[in-house]
Amino acid sequence: MDKQEHLDLYHQMVLIRRIEERSAELYGQGKIGGFLHLYIGQEAVSTGLVAARLPQDRFITAYRDHGLAINCGISAREVVAELLGKETGCSKGRGGSMHMADVEKNFWGGHAIVGAHLPIASGMALGDQYDGNDSVTVCLFGDGATNIGFFHEAVNLSKVWNLPVLWVCENNQYGMGTTIDRASAVNKIAQKFKGYDIGSEQVDGMDIMAVKKAAEKAFKRIRSGKGPYFLEINTYRFRGHSMGDPERYREKEEIVKWQDEDPIGKYRKYLTENDIATVEELDKIDEQALAETDDAVEFAEASPDPAFEDLYKYMYAEDYS
Amino acid sequence: MARPITVREAISQALMEEMERDENVFIMGEEVGVWGGTYAVTRGFYDKFGDKRVRDTPIAEAAIIGGAIGAALVGRRPIAEMMTINFAFVAMDHIVNEAAKLQYMFGGQFKLPMVIRAVGGGGRQLGATHSQTPDAIFAHFPGLVVVAPGTPEDAKGLLKASIRSDDPVLFIEHSTLYQWRGQVPEGDYTVPIGKSKIQKPGNDVTIVTYSKMLQQSFKAAEQLSKDGIDVEIVDLRSLRPLDMDPVLESVKKTNRVVIVEEGWKSFGVGSEVSARIYEEAFDYIDAPVKRVAQKEVPLPYNAPLEQFALPQIDDIIAAVKEVKK
Repeated sequence: MDKQEHLDLYHQMVLIRRIEERSAELYGQGKIGGFLHLYIGQEAVSTGLVAARLPQDRFITAYRDHGLAINCGISAREVVAELLGKETGCSKGRGGSMHMADVEKNFWGGHAIVGAHLPIASGMALGDQYDGNDSVTVCLFGDGATNIGFFHEAVNLSKVWNLPVLWVCENNQYGMGTTIDRASAVNKIAQKFKGYDIGSEQVDGMDIMAVKKAAEKAFKRIRSGKGPYFLEINTYRFRGHSMGDPERYREKEEIVKWQDEDPIGKYRKYLTENDIATVEELDKIDEQALAETDDAVEFAEASPDPAFEDLYKYMYAEDYS
Repeated sequence: MARPITVREAISQALMEEMERDENVFIMGEEVGVWGGTYAVTRGFYDKFGDKRVRDTPIAEAAIIGGAIGAALVGRRPIAEMMTINFAFVAMDHIVNEAAKLQYMFGGQFKLPMVIRAVGGGGRQLGATHSQTPDAIFAHFPGLVVVAPGTPEDAKGLLKASIRSDDPVLFIEHSTLYQWRGQVPEGDYTVPIGKSKIQKPGNDVTIVTYSKMLQQSFKAAEQLSKDGIDVEIVDLRSLRPLDMDPVLESVKKTNRVVIVEEGWKSFGVGSEVSARIYEEAFDYIDAPVKRVAQKEVPLPYNAPLEQFALPQIDDIIAAVKEVKK
């Protein structure tokens, strides 16, 4: 990895953090509607995974999708515009926070029904296997999604058909406000994959280099035709499940303890201690990310709402009139 | 015109021809391959196309529909089979929350060229959970295309159109219609999605119907003609998009309407069609619109009791005579 690559990854993580912080403010001001799930604390996971992919590799995730959208290359402007429901948003204001995608960037959403995108991920991998290309589909989901039937149908199918899927559990310790031990028969999600004869690795999700390394290995393995693989990436969300979460289920001390593991702080330390970048260089990136966020908000606020006459647009690909 | 073929042969021919035409078209579902399909629609396909293009799946409907959605997203053209439409409830989220929404919700970036073939209908003593006609439920959702042909010609042409469509299409078949015979055009043809059709012209009473009840309505019309009542039959063929133009034109001519469906009357296809007739052709109606539909119980196993619950030819005849009074 050269220096510029490191700085790019650091930039992505900081940009996600700034956008998420600003989103919380915009939500408080009533400018973002509906639900808003922030990615703060989990930035190293999506950034590390995307850093390891080839352009043909596809990403699909659940509703906590802003970070992955940025990593996959959707601009800050399009992300914030989507949050504000504007025509210039990546889903043209029809999707909102939970439904961001950009097919050109091989980012396939943004899915809001827990676990429902897992069978779709198997299907995407099936489509690529059928085509004979070497794409890998990366499917991210939370620990909470591993208790629903969709998970088991999708994972089983991926093994039965030897599909090129990289299953990734972002284990942030809570399914909404319910801890793993109160919702899942087993604490280690890898145990569930073992039941389907799928190999796995435990990864420190607060360490971007660890995530990237594990992902590179997994991509290589899947691309060699060995079928699905699983990464259990342990991480922590610093904010509530969504805005308006009373957080009665965890103590302040727990959050403070995890904040010592802040993935951005850790990466900063790694970069400076290994003489990859100077504090000044990183500060400059911080400022740049802040300016990009300001610009994105300005762009989004100035953007038009979708037109009423376009209400029915995009519902069907064909014209039945 | 070629020789008459059955609805089963028509569907089978459509699948075969489209798979030969386009390498991206493939079939996935329970027992579609080695078994040959539980209704024998895909018999011989596995030997001809192999296990890549005729894929036996686990009994896992969410994986079947979700898998088809994913394959369609990345450019393949899957035909997912629900062994019966009753099992589609297991995959309800993927049908109504994913297939029906993905194109719109992501601002038109996604295409979903997929077909869900599902067999419905009662009358075979399969009990309450395997005998339903829940077509109206699926037609309720914008974003989904729902077609339900009633003749071999339409079954073949509509299935080919569905496979070539870039939208998610639920293609509803009826389990007691597979043996029904009719003429189909020679060679390659399609029937447009979202177009109703006058299947039998007439002047006295309009029957609006589709799928299996089209055949029941033909039989009723035959008997009614002996009593001097000339029935016009409009076949909806597609439930969403719903083409009301031929219905309204017919109503304006006959001024009397009976709507016949196999599903339950409440919140059904007939409810929708009659509401639209009242909204758009109220001044042309000379008698209250009558609906013939299934009685509102889970369908019983006992054969006479099951038939009593299902709409019969005599029910159609009685309804037509009543609006003709």
